[in-house]
Amino acid sequence: MKLRTSLLGAFICLCNWTANAELSIQITQGVDNPIPIAVVPFSNESGGFFSEDVSQIVINDLEQVGEFRALSRANMLSMPSGEQEVFYRDWRILAQDYLLVGKIDQQPGSQLVQVQYEFFDINREMKLAGEVLTGSVTQLRDIGHTISNVVFEQVTGIPGAFTSEILYIVSESAGPEMSLFRLEKADYDGARPQTLLESGEPIMSPSWSPNGQDVAYVSFETDLPRIYIQNIATGQRRQITNYPNINSSPVWSPDGTKLAMVLSKDGSPDIYVQDLNNNQLIRITDHPAIDTEPSWTPDGRHIVFMSDRTGQPQIYQMELGANSYNVERLTYDCFQCAKAKFLPDGLNLVHVRRETRQSPTYQIAILNIETLRVITLTGTSLDESPSVAPNGSMIMYATKFNGRGVLDAVSIDGRVKFRLPSSQGDVREPSWSPFLN
Amino acid sequence: MGKQSNQFFKVSLLVMSLFVLGACSSTSETDDEISGDDSQSSSSSSSGSASSSAGSNSGQLTQEQIRAQNALRQTVFYFDFDVAEFQPADRETLTYHARDLAANPSKRLRLEGHADERGTREYNLALGERRANGILNYFIVNGASRSQIEVVSYGEERPEQSGQTENAYSRNRRVEIVAR
Repeated sequence: MKLRTSLLGAFICLCNWTANAELSIQITQGVDNPIPIAVVPFSNESGGFFSEDVSQIVINDLEQVGEFRALSRANMLSMPSGEQEVFYRDWRILAQDYLLVGKIDQQPGSQLVQVQYEFFDINREMKLAGEVLTGSVTQLRDIGHTISNVVFEQVTGIPGAFTSEILYIVSESAGPEMSLFRLEKADYDGARPQTLLESGEPIMSPSWSPNGQDVAYVSFETDLPRIYIQNIATGQRRQITNYPNINSSPVWSPDGTKLAMVLSKDGSPDIYVQDLNNNQLIRITDHPAIDTEPSWTPDGRHIVFMSDRTGQPQIYQMELGANSYNVERLTYDCFQCAKAKFLPDGLNLVHVRRETRQSPTYQIAILNIETLRVITLTGTSLDESPSVAPNGSMIMYATKFNGRGVLDAVSIDGRVKFRLPSSQGDVREPSWSPFLN
Repeated sequence: MGKQSNQFFKVSLLVMSLFVLGACSSTSETDDEISGDDSQSSSSSSSGSASSSAGSNSGQLTQEQIRAQNALRQTVFYFDFDVAEFQPADRETLTYHARDLAANPSKRLRLEGHADERGTREYNLALGERRANGILNYFIVNGASRSQIEVVSYGEERPEQSGQTENAYSRNRRVEIVAR
């Protein structure tokens, strides 16, 4: 172990390269009656070659969230690229509810592309949306995701999260008693992974800042767990904590000015809040048991956390500024409930649940704290680290598949599931970004 | 682990010199006393004790030496599921480690706590620390100084054995003593 430390302990790489272990989505469970939608291949006006198929990106987006089924291109009766070429009857015959058409144009010698799209409601025979998006040829994937956002919102009334990104940790064996740990960022669907940090020592608990520009995480690069903040675009980083013992679980306040964290400098792990402007540290909990896994309520006024003060992990919440004995317990009906965070509605609490002592299985569940109704969303046995999409529609979490760590996602109603398999290593601790501009 | 622990435990002979007041400062652990009558007689004569008792004493002390050596060679301690206290069977071994620290104030070590992968990662980080702290406190009660020991928890991040079997889990719930 000493050998490992001396070889790799000091090795830490701040990087921004494209990781080659690309994740790609598999739909593992869809809804029974998906919405039929026709996405016509976008016509290529300039005849140039594009590395991305924009209409296929939209199809993948919509099918991945499970609520849509795209019409096969081979079954299309016509291939319109603009409103004047659309005959609603062609699509009604094929029992389609919605139609998306578009065209891509690139000026000769320019890196800029113009993508025009139009979106139609077949039953009501009307155009719902349409615009021209301009960007670099390298942004065709972003343009596709942007169109998916519009389609999704038009149909469901919920903003799409297809332009959001995820952070996660990958661990890979690098020889006997040696592992490599990476902090990576990718599109929500695992495409375009980038390594933000690589280390011979563990990296844990990545957390997005509310503006999507920074990430806070725990790194053991000094041989001890310490909290760092890194700017995602520039790679610039700074160490935030250096207290004795555990420094872990950094989570940004909704306004981005504070970081909740766990420190065991005074004996046992307790929740603290550090002001990022003046570095003032406020102690939130004060209990000899383990208090950890803080999260903020959407209004930023309370901290939700896990404590084993009754013997097993249960979920509690405390108002900031309240006395440390003024704690409200939120869960009672599970053997262990942990890693909780409220959905944006402030009522539904996403958490990791182990029902009974006899069965050590851990699943992702949602507790409504008013009705006390519990919905268990997952059925595998080692599910953890739930992270909610910015539109509140899906939860990504870590689980095991064939003995390896993988990322799965499940819709908030449990009906839809998809998986992002990785080609190598253990993938875990997904953190879904806020809406990014 | 193996190489480093050998090096680590050569130093442990120092402890025995405490237990074994009159014993010769042997050069290595293979320098056993079975055939060492001559050298012992010289050292026992310097201590001035009766030759008969010195002979029987050195036999007992030797066993104690071996026991201490073996104890200090064990540097990984395993824990039961959902349990933070070390196993009662490890108490004697840990006592030798504590006495070794007490006898060697310049010695420094690290207690690295670990958990199996079941349960949430951040709770496991805390559980690993709780396990390591249990041994830390036992060492202090038995004479070690707090400043000699650094505690760090890796939670479930550095498993000794991968896989989702009971066997792997039981290997991963552990505290390792690492020389510094």
